[in-house]
Amino acid sequence: MADLWANYIVPGLWILLQVLVVVVPLLIAVAYFTWFERKVMAAMHLRMGPNVVGPWGLLQPFADAVKMFVKETILPTSANKIVFLIAPVLTFVLALVAWAVIPFGEGLVVSDINVGILYLFAISSLGVYGIIMAGWASNSRYAFLGALRSAAQMVSYEVSIGFVMITVLMVVGSLNLSDIVMAQQKVWFVIPLLPMAVVFFISALAETNRVPFDLPEAESELVAGYQVEYSAMTFGLLFMGENANLILMSGLTVILFLGGWLPPLDIAPFTWIPGPIWFLSKIVVMLFVFIWIRATFPRYRYDQLMRLGWKVFLPLSMFWVVLTGGVLIAFDLVP
Amino acid sequence: MIIQTIAFYVFAAFVVGSAFMVISARNPVHSVLFLILAFFNSAGLFVLLGAEFLAMILVIVYVGAVAVLFLFVVMMLDINFVRLREGFLQYLPIGASVGLLLLVEMILVVGVLATSPDTVAVAAAPTPDITVVSNTEALGALLYTKYVYLFQSAGLILLVAMIGAIVLAHRVRPGVRKQSISAQVSRTRAEGVELKKVKTGDGI
Repeated sequence: MADLWANYIVPGLWILLQVLVVVVPLLIAVAYFTWFERKVMAAMHLRMGPNVVGPWGLLQPFADAVKMFVKETILPTSANKIVFLIAPVLTFVLALVAWAVIPFGEGLVVSDINVGILYLFAISSLGVYGIIMAGWASNSRYAFLGALRSAAQMVSYEVSIGFVMITVLMVVGSLNLSDIVMAQQKVWFVIPLLPMAVVFFISALAETNRVPFDLPEAESELVAGYQVEYSAMTFGLLFMGENANLILMSGLTVILFLGGWLPPLDIAPFTWIPGPIWFLSKIVVMLFVFIWIRATFPRYRYDQLMRLGWKVFLPLSMFWVVLTGGVLIAFDLVP
Repeated sequence: MIIQTIAFYVFAAFVVGSAFMVISARNPVHSVLFLILAFFNSAGLFVLLGAEFLAMILVIVYVGAVAVLFLFVVMMLDINFVRLREGFLQYLPIGASVGLLLLVEMILVVGVLATSPDTVAVAAAPTPDITVVSNTEALGALLYTKYVYLFQSAGLILLVAMIGAIVLAHRVRPGVRKQSISAQVSRTRAEGVELKKVKTGDGI
């Protein structure tokens, strides 16, 4: 009996605790991201933004959450009920499980696996199923069009994200995310690999269906794309999954190119601030840039989106893979 | 060990169950979704074996790319489900014989591995122990040195297949107004704008 406790129950509870420590703040962050987005966009549009519920509208996310819980979940009569209900759950769960390998600081990671970056890539490539299933199961034209657009878009941009990751991996020599961060102690990868950082950031926009690549949910032509038939908490799950993915993509950009939890310079005033705070503040900066882009750019046309993915980013990132490999061999820098 | 054993049986049961559902589901979209579940659970089995690289690649390549395209095509098809079920029994003998053949071959492979220790030694020799290098590194070291020609020719075959598919499917339609980015960008003000003096009452 003591064996059972020591070997299974105590480690199990410990893992559960770690998961809660990551997931609960993440959900709060997702809620406050909506507030942040609305406030920042409002400031850029010279509006007030949410300012009624709580001081500076700070309780608005909770009001929204309560509203979503108490509304009625509507199942369209001709929808494929099971797939219709699985889709938002899948989107939400995938957005959460990806955080298992994200290192918040040195050693501060739920699961420090060898193939961390491949795991993230695999999870993000699964993300498209939530959207396709939602669009198909709704049995509605708008939803279906949104799902088709989204599937093609996400598959296209995943290719260039993959090549960007390969470039970083060649420089680091490891698939472990902590190793990737530690390899940036001398210089953040955004400096030597600037073109790849730009390609990654734009592909991340396309991968998360954000403006200017929000064609899958283009509200002015497809109503809300694949989400159009969803209501109440099913919509809430899709929405939260999407925002969690956005935060994840910001985190991934920070880990791959902006030095993760490392301070900008390894000298006194910067090193006083602990690593996780650096990591989180970098994520907030990235999120601000995402919102900034949303408030600034108009939507891309679909054929131009495909052209950008396949004819510009794919050749560029492939060329950079070859170039990086060549430089590493030529200057004997292979890790 | 108990946890691993339980996990193995859960994953294996899901693989077999969802593989059965792939061929027996009424709706082809459900078939593809069950296929994805089967892929995903096989990735779980790979993780249990300690082959984490293969597990991730299985998910990325098959689930993330191949199955998305399957789903894409199947969702777009306009299928009459009743007619689709009619020929089901007709294909049963062919399907059963293919399955039987695969089963016999698999038994042969496992049998050879189990009965002749030499084969195991030869097959296991090239990779260093798991404690020395991670299996990603071991795979890479083998693929890019010992098996580099096989690896490259596999890549070339895939490239040829891809180009072949594009050549077969691509048709040049007349009358399509295609966007030419270079022509757009290289347009100057001189050729785009013309200033004309119009006399009142004359028109252009």
